[in-house]
Amino acid sequence: MLEVKCISKTFNAGTVNEKQALKGLSLTLNDGDFVTVIGGNGAGKSTLLNAIAGTWKVDEGQIVIDGVDVTKYPEHKRAAFLGRVFQDPMNGTAATMGIEENLALALRRGDKRTLRKGIAAAERRLYRDMLAKLGLGLENRLTSKVGLLSGGQRQALTLLMATLKKPKLLLLDEHTAALDPKTAAKVLETTENIVNQDHLTTLMITHNMKDAIHIGNRLIMMNNGQIIFDVSGEEKKKLKVEDLLRKFAEASGEEFANDRMLLAN
Amino acid sequence: MEIMSLINALPGAAAQGLIWGIMAIGVYLTYRILDIADLTVDGSMCTGGAVCIMMMLAGNNVWVSMAAALASGMAAGLVTGLFHTFMGIPAILSGILTQLGLWSVNLKIMGKANQAINVDKFPLLVSLRFIKNVPFFKNTILIVALLTVILIAVLYWFFGTELGCSLRATGCNDKMARAQGINTDFGRVLGLMISNGLVAFSGALLTQYQGFADINMGRGAIVIGLAAVIIGEAVFGKVFRNFGFKLLAVSFGSIIYYLVLQVVIWRGIDTDLLKLLSALVVAVFLAIPVWQERYFTGVGKKNGAGKNAQRKGGNS
Repeated sequence: MLEVKCISKTFNAGTVNEKQALKGLSLTLNDGDFVTVIGGNGAGKSTLLNAIAGTWKVDEGQIVIDGVDVTKYPEHKRAAFLGRVFQDPMNGTAATMGIEENLALALRRGDKRTLRKGIAAAERRLYRDMLAKLGLGLENRLTSKVGLLSGGQRQALTLLMATLKKPKLLLLDEHTAALDPKTAAKVLETTENIVNQDHLTTLMITHNMKDAIHIGNRLIMMNNGQIIFDVSGEEKKKLKVEDLLRKFAEASGEEFANDRMLLAN
Repeated sequence: MEIMSLINALPGAAAQGLIWGIMAIGVYLTYRILDIADLTVDGSMCTGGAVCIMMMLAGNNVWVSMAAALASGMAAGLVTGLFHTFMGIPAILSGILTQLGLWSVNLKIMGKANQAINVDKFPLLVSLRFIKNVPFFKNTILIVALLTVILIAVLYWFFGTELGCSLRATGCNDKMARAQGINTDFGRVLGLMISNGLVAFSGALLTQYQGFADINMGRGAIVIGLAAVIIGEAVFGKVFRNFGFKLLAVSFGSIIYYLVLQVVIWRGIDTDLLKLLSALVVAVFLAIPVWQERYFTGVGKKNGAGKNAQRKGGNS
């Protein structure tokens, strides 16, 4: 489904702030893989997702989604293959537009935007049904401006938008990190439901090691722009948080010095 | 100081306000919907007037001339849009560059700094002579009001289409827009073209109204446009929620601006000071929401901070 071949990316090349964020990273996802991604600050987790999404072009390497080489595609063109949810709930939705307008934008991802009506009348029932499944009471607020919603509601809506038109690959960039624990759990549950129901191939960055172990069928750990640990199936299920910490220390030669990650256990 | 002189001047002021209102709607589209302060308008206003008057002087039909003016404005918007997207120049600087370039273009179109057109010899659509003592269907106020309503209707329709919605998303949150497969660069260019098309169309009307085009006629247009947007929102913001009515509020804002201006002139203010006054008024009104947030919000402080965060979130 996804083939990342030996990609590299250096930011601020030639300056004192030069940072090689990805170092010849390769990754292949099978159809239906649900992969959790962990790693310390600056490990390159978000950089990897942004590289796949095409926020900028990679310096080297190749990215193939569902057999299509998208390495040279601009961000909006790659969006046809991707569903994305960002860490900041403000980023995934258009605040000044209504809930149904946001959903209608998402339903047309990958299609040409024409002079047809922005929302066809028949779509509204679909939206109402899908919103009802979220259980947040949004199904009766189709025309409310998204800016009026809470962070959790916005994130759940973004998730819905990302999967409304079934993506080849779902990219979740710490999408529950900015939410309070209860809301985060709820959004995570919704995520699992949607991913399982549609058998979506998914890459999910998380800072919560327990989530990383319990969710999905595969786990990768990143450090310093590379994948240092890749585990799946039964082996992953048996993992413990301590194993991950030890693995990190082994692979990187340093302690897992990320307060946020330790606290999140 | 005669009250009758003021009353006599008001219909003319209303007509001017309506004409500038079309220009202000163009400003609204870039400033409020695309979140760009587009300074191209100071140049494209005159471009529209220049193209219209030269076309008419060459014997073209008034509608053809105005369509050409509209197209010339769209071309100006296209240039600014390409400066901004294709060449990566900040939006405000892109507008300034186009505006400067248009100065030469406008001079070349007109051949000199000022071109007059005689209302008796050419079939003008609007004129300051058509305010009073004309059959109602020739009345400039009615004609411009009708044009405004038609334009608003078209814009209302357009911004409800898939393409129009993608433009709104681009202005609101371009990161989200791209994630949903919207070509934000194309949206910005298209938005700037529509906006400047309207501005040039307004310039074409203004030229006919005053009977001449002048190289300076667009100077400070952006400030007048912003003033109209702000006045419209301040006066009608609570009543008009629908997009179409919001555009109408901008047109009303422009009329109010010109009526107030007329009163100020009637009170005998030195007209040299008018632009300074306009600039100050707009500056203060732009500051009011910021001041409200910073100094006058107690409980609502959190909301204010949230709003800011949203904006930043949208731009990051």
